[in-house]
Amino acid sequence: MSDAEGTEPAAEAKVPLSNKERMTITRVAMPEQAGAVRAHNFEEVNLGLTYQLAVLEAERCIQCPKPFCVEGCPVRVDIPRFLKFLRDGDLPSAAESLLSDNALPCVTGRVCPQETQCEQVCIRNKKGDSVAIGYLERFVADWAQKNPDALPKASPTQSGKKVGIVGSGPAGLTAAGELVKKGHDVTVFEAFHAPGGVLIYGIPEFRLPKDIVQAEVDRLVSEGVKLELDAIVGRTYTIPELREDFDALFLAVGAGLPVFMNVPGENFKGVYSANEYLTRVNLMGAWNPDSNTPILHGQKVVVVGGGNVAMDSVRTARRLGAEEATIAYRRSADELPARKEEVHHAKDEGVRFEFLAAPLEVLADENRWVTGLKCIRMELGEPDASGRRRPKAIPGSEFVIDCDLVVVAIGTKANPLLTGSAPELTVNEWGYLITDEYGMSSLPGVFAGGDIVRGAATVILAMGDGKRSAAAIDSWLNGTWPPPPEANAAKPLKEAAVAGN
Amino acid sequence: MHSVLEREQLSPNVVRLVVEAPRIAKVRRPGQFVIVRRGPGGERIPLTIADNDPVAGTITLMIQAIGASTTELTNLQVGDTIQDVAGPLGSETHLPPAGTHAVCVGGGVGTAVLLPIVRALGAKGVKVTSVIGGRSKDWVILEKELLEAGDVVTCTDDGSYGRHGFVTQALKDLLDAGGVDNVYAIGPVPMMRAVSEMTKPYGVETTVSLNAIMVDGTGMCGGCRVTIGGETKYACVDGPEFDAHQVNFQELADRLTTYRMFETAALERKKAEDAAGACATTEVKA
Repeated sequence: MSDAEGTEPAAEAKVPLSNKERMTITRVAMPEQAGAVRAHNFEEVNLGLTYQLAVLEAERCIQCPKPFCVEGCPVRVDIPRFLKFLRDGDLPSAAESLLSDNALPCVTGRVCPQETQCEQVCIRNKKGDSVAIGYLERFVADWAQKNPDALPKASPTQSGKKVGIVGSGPAGLTAAGELVKKGHDVTVFEAFHAPGGVLIYGIPEFRLPKDIVQAEVDRLVSEGVKLELDAIVGRTYTIPELREDFDALFLAVGAGLPVFMNVPGENFKGVYSANEYLTRVNLMGAWNPDSNTPILHGQKVVVVGGGNVAMDSVRTARRLGAEEATIAYRRSADELPARKEEVHHAKDEGVRFEFLAAPLEVLADENRWVTGLKCIRMELGEPDASGRRRPKAIPGSEFVIDCDLVVVAIGTKANPLLTGSAPELTVNEWGYLITDEYGMSSLPGVFAGGDIVRGAATVILAMGDGKRSAAAIDSWLNGTWPPPPEANAAKPLKEAAVAGN
Repeated sequence: MHSVLEREQLSPNVVRLVVEAPRIAKVRRPGQFVIVRRGPGGERIPLTIADNDPVAGTITLMIQAIGASTTELTNLQVGDTIQDVAGPLGSETHLPPAGTHAVCVGGGVGTAVLLPIVRALGAKGVKVTSVIGGRSKDWVILEKELLEAGDVVTCTDDGSYGRHGFVTQALKDLLDAGGVDNVYAIGPVPMMRAVSEMTKPYGVETTVSLNAIMVDGTGMCGGCRVTIGGETKYACVDGPEFDAHQVNFQELADRLTTYRMFETAALERKKAEDAAGACATTEVKA
């Protein structure tokens, strides 16, 4: 990786550019591995900006007095502030500024859908290209991760209050980072043997390297966050027990229950949920041929779904050697919920798209190994509740996609393991936790956020919940309840519900 | 880290380990299991908790060496450690009322999974008759422990010990004699299937414990899906115990073969490594 390489920050003062000059600079392109090469390895696709490229890109920001980009960011990163430090070559201040707003910037700099958030509302997007905020976030965050000694060490006054966080995904880790900064004693419980939640088991190495996630976790641990792995709340511990041990709880267990297609043949050998496929490859290391974890290497793989999880799965299939890797999606290209960049990367890597195709049946040979996916052609009708045109089956249009592996990536649901163990927790008809305007569940002092509240959404929305809940928890613990208005928890986002991470 | 405090070789390929796991020892219920991972790069292996000692903070695991990872676990010695022990997972055994009669049938390492159920039944006041079997005398395990909770009928395929023949024949005799209210059967899929088919005409409620392939054990991956009464269920959270008469055994047996070629290759690799005196653990970036 070439992140943060290049000349060290220049010491001499620069003559500031005029806004007119800034407007003439064109948007940087992210250096990336060539499609044909990266389709066969698990190394990161995006290589990161050099110092010179990053500073030049930061010069493109015209430092709006009322920056829309900050409003567009679910965790409200003060974007102009860290970009100004960056363009002045003051990386320690840029890093400190970014980290004070965002507990996991190395992660968000890689997986956030910036094109629908900060970059979409960037003033420069009106006439030309937005500032590449995501690339710059990644640049500064990676520099911070490699230069921990350049950052000031915070030593907050200890509050003597204990907070238990259930789940070490993006919501849980963000809340942990915020609460430890406030001087609370924070313990994070994780069901798996490694921390990170979807960042570890779900998002593949080539999009988010696992040592980057581990380094973010290590930084939180060095700040005082305690981690308890292999702890399944709902089984190893119950909510009532944890309520006795902690002054407040934050439940951020995600939406860890796969949705299957509910079609005949779904239990044949060679049908995976995306959760299982990605967990075997990522968390369990099956991407490495020397791993003890078995994985079926399909030659012809069909991934059902059109979100980020579907893109992660199909691109993983290519890297595991699939000659033909196909996305089967029941709507058209325009409705794909995945990030634009992921779709673009998938296409570059030779992924085939079968649009307007809905699965009807999994076909198999006499030994019950998958041989194909029978689909029916769809057409788009009137817009549905999500505003997207509803797909309708065209009678008699059945067809078969030959394949030896099917990965189902059509979403996830609430896992009842935790909520089922505490009947006092109120859930909605889909099993998601119901919270009030401050993110508090039906149990006093028990807060919740991320996918277990909103349904399957994105990393950054979960992080936004973590940050807001942390502020609310801090108010709760300090007796300054109710919290200030900015601590209000977000309402579930309908449009994000199908996108996955 | 979880230390191995005791080790006992029960049969040529089954080992009993007492492992430090205070939290699990405190809350575990009969029928539940743990997921064990030896160390970095290791597989996550579901193992039934055979016993727990909340005071000592230990759980007892019985492990049959089948593949590379289970062989690695059975090779552990006292003082060795296991990195991850997660649980307790699964639902607890549903116990019938006191005064009823349960026949508990165990095959191979299934007898180890049966033991906690037999103990729980005995403790509740259910009359228990255990029927266990093995290829020969050396392969019969846990007879003494089962005797503490009730009667035991031991069968060997070759007649070298106890009754000559299969456990199903002994079960049939008990069913014919009458007075059996419940049957629990745990062992290889063909054996559980045979028991299920045998008890069905007698109308005796029968429970089996399904050893489906698992990853997380919390319902997250859906890899352990089994068909029960025509509906898809997850063995890890809905089970592992199910009504035998509703189980699609054909599908279970078939899904268990998914990784057979990988398992064979991994075992061969491990044997070659062991023979070469190499470290048995392959470190991978996980």
